[in-house]
Amino acid sequence: MSDLRELYQEVIFDHNRHPRNFGKLVKANRHAEGFNPLCGDSLDLYLIVDNDRITDIKFEGQGCAISTASASLMTEVLKGKTLTEAEQLFEGFHQMVTTGQQPSFDIGKLSVLAGVSEFPARVKCASLSWHTLHAALNNSNQPVTTE
Amino acid sequence: MFNVEQVREQFPILKSTVRGKPLVYLDNAATTQKPQSVIDAESHYYDALNANVHRGVHKLSQDATDAFEKARDTIQHFIGAQHREEIIFTRGATEAINLVASSWGRANLQTGDEILLSQMEHHANIVPWQLIAEQTGAVIKVIPMDETGTLNLTQFEALLTPKTKMLGITHVSNALGTVNPVQYMIEKAHQVGALVLVDGAQSILHHAINVVELDCDFFVFSGHKLYGPTGIGALYGKKHLLNAMPPYQAGGDMIFKVTFEKSTFNHLPYKFEAGTPHIAGAIGLGAAIEFVQSVGLQHIAAHEAQLLAYAAEQAKSIPQLRIVGQAKEKVSVLSFVMEGVHPHDIGTILDSEGVAIRTGHHCAMPVMDFFKIPATARASLALYNTQQDIDALFTALHRVTEMFLK
Repeated sequence: MSDLRELYQEVIFDHNRHPRNFGKLVKANRHAEGFNPLCGDSLDLYLIVDNDRITDIKFEGQGCAISTASASLMTEVLKGKTLTEAEQLFEGFHQMVTTGQQPSFDIGKLSVLAGVSEFPARVKCASLSWHTLHAALNNSNQPVTTE
Repeated sequence: MFNVEQVREQFPILKSTVRGKPLVYLDNAATTQKPQSVIDAESHYYDALNANVHRGVHKLSQDATDAFEKARDTIQHFIGAQHREEIIFTRGATEAINLVASSWGRANLQTGDEILLSQMEHHANIVPWQLIAEQTGAVIKVIPMDETGTLNLTQFEALLTPKTKMLGITHVSNALGTVNPVQYMIEKAHQVGALVLVDGAQSILHHAINVVELDCDFFVFSGHKLYGPTGIGALYGKKHLLNAMPPYQAGGDMIFKVTFEKSTFNHLPYKFEAGTPHIAGAIGLGAAIEFVQSVGLQHIAAHEAQLLAYAAEQAKSIPQLRIVGQAKEKVSVLSFVMEGVHPHDIGTILDSEGVAIRTGHHCAMPVMDFFKIPATARASLALYNTQQDIDALFTALHRVTEMFLK
């Protein structure tokens, strides 16, 4: 039960009910689609990248609480970051949700998702938006899937 | 007399705990648990009978062959087939459908021929037909369903034409629980000269099957959804159809004579059983059928119907819960969505209470598209489930509403 509370923290419910930066970004110069075929979650991620810096970012789609909250938190954390900083956050986040280890550097609000590591079946939910980010930044036209 | 506690005693896994709670297993449409007799039958094969079949002159090989072929007889009688050689062992329902689509399809389908499927098919009864349609130029047509998850039979009859060569129809929908009127559909399909493959993966554990009375041309099922082992299942096909079909896979056991110039093929059923089969699995499946027969399918069906009615009644206590699949005729499958909670989150919270259900699209994406939902949560009941299991499910679901919808 304590694991469940670790997973579903208040911050996660809040971002699930009221996702930040939700919607389409008409002027986006980076875009990718993410899809989790196991549960049907889908996500569209839009970014404006200017001089190697993410100046704006939005997402839309449907998913479980973990995947929606993770996408919402990601957009909040990434806005204003350089691509190098974004890559570092990706690495830190990935390490945290797969091993439960908090990274050596500060990943801010993203740390509320540490509880996911206790639920291997849910790691993909938390990671979907980040994998989609990778695809968007690499300008991949192929939708990414978690499988 | 059916006694659920006595039944439960035979399933060792039901005594286990999950996350500190007693296991409440409600994912039976995905796979069923195995009674001790099935586990023992498999392990007895490895303990005492292990040898390859149809090959050796030695005693052990003969004993293994006898046990393996006895399982074929058990299946034959269980589904009422006329001839034992009409039962082909496969890895499961999926492989059985692939066998028919590939072997019968390549030999018989031509450009413009139509394959009729229903909107509620499992991917296993869609994709093999798509592959063969691409190769042969055949076209797939789809029988629509309504909001209750019931097939539209008027549309079905309108779709049947002399171009229809095959009707592939699930007996019971895995995602919705709907029982389709296959007997009627088979009769109608035969009137236009089409063959019928019935996917029995979800019906075999709830309904007595008689392939002769149904008059289906092919019937497929998986052992693991019938309290048997994984990796084993069966294809039933009418003898004259199977005889006319080319081999599906080639190798040992399916040949009479091999030279580099030409090979000749074995007779039924071995023509379709290339390579060493899953001998232990087949023997385990035989034991599973004997187990089901010892309990009695009519008792099982009555018990499950009672549980489903109880669950449907309990469901009314959660206003946010909507049952997906409300056909008049359905088996003990409760597929549902909850306003404001994604099925995946429901699944995780239930799991923390020891309740195992399935969440997702259930390998039936067209069904999800029809209802305009990404996924459902599905509780599917089997003979060992109890009212306490249903109570545990709804206690956990109330917890979901407390967490998500307060």
